[in-house]
Amino acid sequence: MRKRSFFGLSKPSFHYELATDIAATPVAIPTPETVQIYIKQELTRSSKILKTGMSVKTGQRLQLNEGDSIGTISSVTGTIVSIEPFLADYGQTWTAITIETESSDIMDTEFADFIETPSLETLNRFFPTCPGEPDFQPLMDERNPVKTIVIYGGNADILIDTGLLVLKTKADAVNEGIEVLRKITGIEEVVIVVPEESVQNYSGHLDARIQSVSSQYPYAQPLMVLYNLTGRLPDENGAASLGTYFIRAEAVASIGEAFVTGRLPVNKTITVIDKQGNKHLACARIGTPVGKMLDTFGVEVNDQDKIIFGGPMTGNAIYSEDLPIGPDTDAIMVQDKAIIPLYSDYPCINCGDCVHICPANVPVNLIVRFLAAGQYTEGADMYDLYSCIECGLCSYVCSSRIPIYQYIKLAKYELGRITSAEEMNEQ
Amino acid sequence: MNSKKTLIVSHAPFWHDGSGIPERSYHTIIAALPAALVGIAYYGVPALGVICLAVSSAILWELLFNYAGKRPITVGDGNAAMTGFLLAMLLPASAPWWLVLLGTFLAIVIGMQIFGGIGANPFCPVALAVAILMVSYTTHLDFDAGLVNFSLDFPSPTDPMAALKAFGPAAIENFRPMDLLMGLHVGGLGSGCGLAIIIGGVYLILRGFIRWEISISFIAGIFVTAMLFNMADPARYASPIFHLLAGYTLIGAFFLATESSSSPVNVIPMIVYGVMGGIMTVLIRNIGVWVDGVIFAILLINLINPLVDKIRPKAIGKVA
Repeated sequence: MRKRSFFGLSKPSFHYELATDIAATPVAIPTPETVQIYIKQELTRSSKILKTGMSVKTGQRLQLNEGDSIGTISSVTGTIVSIEPFLADYGQTWTAITIETESSDIMDTEFADFIETPSLETLNRFFPTCPGEPDFQPLMDERNPVKTIVIYGGNADILIDTGLLVLKTKADAVNEGIEVLRKITGIEEVVIVVPEESVQNYSGHLDARIQSVSSQYPYAQPLMVLYNLTGRLPDENGAASLGTYFIRAEAVASIGEAFVTGRLPVNKTITVIDKQGNKHLACARIGTPVGKMLDTFGVEVNDQDKIIFGGPMTGNAIYSEDLPIGPDTDAIMVQDKAIIPLYSDYPCINCGDCVHICPANVPVNLIVRFLAAGQYTEGADMYDLYSCIECGLCSYVCSSRIPIYQYIKLAKYELGRITSAEEMNEQ
Repeated sequence: MNSKKTLIVSHAPFWHDGSGIPERSYHTIIAALPAALVGIAYYGVPALGVICLAVSSAILWELLFNYAGKRPITVGDGNAAMTGFLLAMLLPASAPWWLVLLGTFLAIVIGMQIFGGIGANPFCPVALAVAILMVSYTTHLDFDAGLVNFSLDFPSPTDPMAALKAFGPAAIENFRPMDLLMGLHVGGLGSGCGLAIIIGGVYLILRGFIRWEISISFIAGIFVTAMLFNMADPARYASPIFHLLAGYTLIGAFFLATESSSSPVNVIPMIVYGVMGGIMTVLIRNIGVWVDGVIFAILLINLINPLVDKIRPKAIGKVA
């Protein structure tokens, strides 16, 4: 963990990992005995289609009921042993499916029939849970047509290697994916965002306009990239009206790979960061339990340590070693209990460190007072809540150790819920 | 499904730069220490007594108020100790015990706790307490009267600010700037030695515990305003160097005006805030009735802080 320098006048500065920093090739993690995958839908009554004891094939699409648009892709061949509700972030209710694996992989052939006729429906049917976790809803929204597809090639957070590794090793698949996306959507304008140090590695190799971003954190965070491309940031109505569609390079590579081979990709590339800060690269089936991954690299987890999905600035802490890696898990980071910084309930003392470091000029010292009191609308209307690009630097420097970033994410989530409820009422 | 290991969860970010309120408080005390040591060296044990009583009573007032208000115990953050320490530095070494107790009560309870504790005070608590004491107990805050029984080895036995106010610049001709810088003049027990305060202030600035824009613009405001007065009529108004080195100027610039919750955080507001403080200080000193204007000037700029801090850069992505 990086500490404040003795001369506190200088701002702390972080840099993303570069493509040249990637040393090793990913270690393939053997298929675990059980995997768990999620369907992002509430399990209201027992599923008509999925039953425990049912056998599934690798790459088979699983959905709870007939006619559901939401489903998932089985990453292994085996038998379903349990279907149970799962409580995800912000109290969302999903369905968790546990599959006991068999030794040999049998590939499902349903997708192969769709290769010749790529369409948005095909993408939305098979790819929302493929590595990179793309969301195709913005492309299907007819009221807000998308003009530009932005492929995000950088790493999601500091310390992580995954994003650039995928771009480096799967450039061909990314090109195929771009072609498929162009054919399906008819959108010519495709932009790939990469750190400026890596531009020369990709320009000419990829069939899209290369846009470079600074490798200094947080200038490659998705919202910051969006701002630099469009000059705007999404408000409570979401990013739809900006006409820009965001997709990770890994998702584009998944699409390209699938349309070339006829098989849906089920392996996720992951950076594992151990307690000493050493990095290991791994490639594992989606749904592999975290504990299994950590065992492979000899990372010991003790009581009161912290396991994080994602990087140190924007990741999510998880509560159990048994939780599976998902299609968007770029990194697993383990923190020893001795170095976990704790938040406090101290009030803001107006030291100004957050205002000083904020890359978006948000008056953090003022907004945090409103958000802490639950006055989200005031925060959005008067104190630039929607200018926040969610980098977490304010909480990193906060003297009072206020969980500012958490307040901001919660406020955006709550306001988004209010807006969508109002839209529902209008219809 | 549930593993036996209990993991700690929290929201991102999972790193912290290690800064904290206790550090800020204790480093401010460390920065103020050299000036206080000089004061103890000149004024002896009474000065040490005032400092000890102020620090301990400030902590006790906060503890009492924590209990009375059924709030979490916050004395561990060092803010009360720092407030007491800075208050003692402004008092004369001759301050009686009850004045010190009253001063720390005013600073901690009236200045801070009744507004909601640390971070909620609209005024610099130390400046507020000293202002109330100055208005209420004029003689005890009058350095000439208070220190009359001290045998001091200074070039002049009078308070330079009081001498200037009463007799004009002619009376301060024997105060050499070097003596003022070294603290060889009558004044607050910790506010006399300009050199020690500057060392402390530079330390705080380099460590990032105070915002340099405020200190520098406060000093610049005093210097420029005093220079204009001096150029207009040198026979009536003292030189800017004198204004910089005498009275509470330097301790005000580095320790009082920079109090974090009552000062702005954006660059332009910080400069406006500091310059306004400097101008007000010299106005009060040169054409007001009070001997030293720093305390009242700081309370005045504390008042305009919420207003000036509205001048801020436009946040990114805002259409309007």
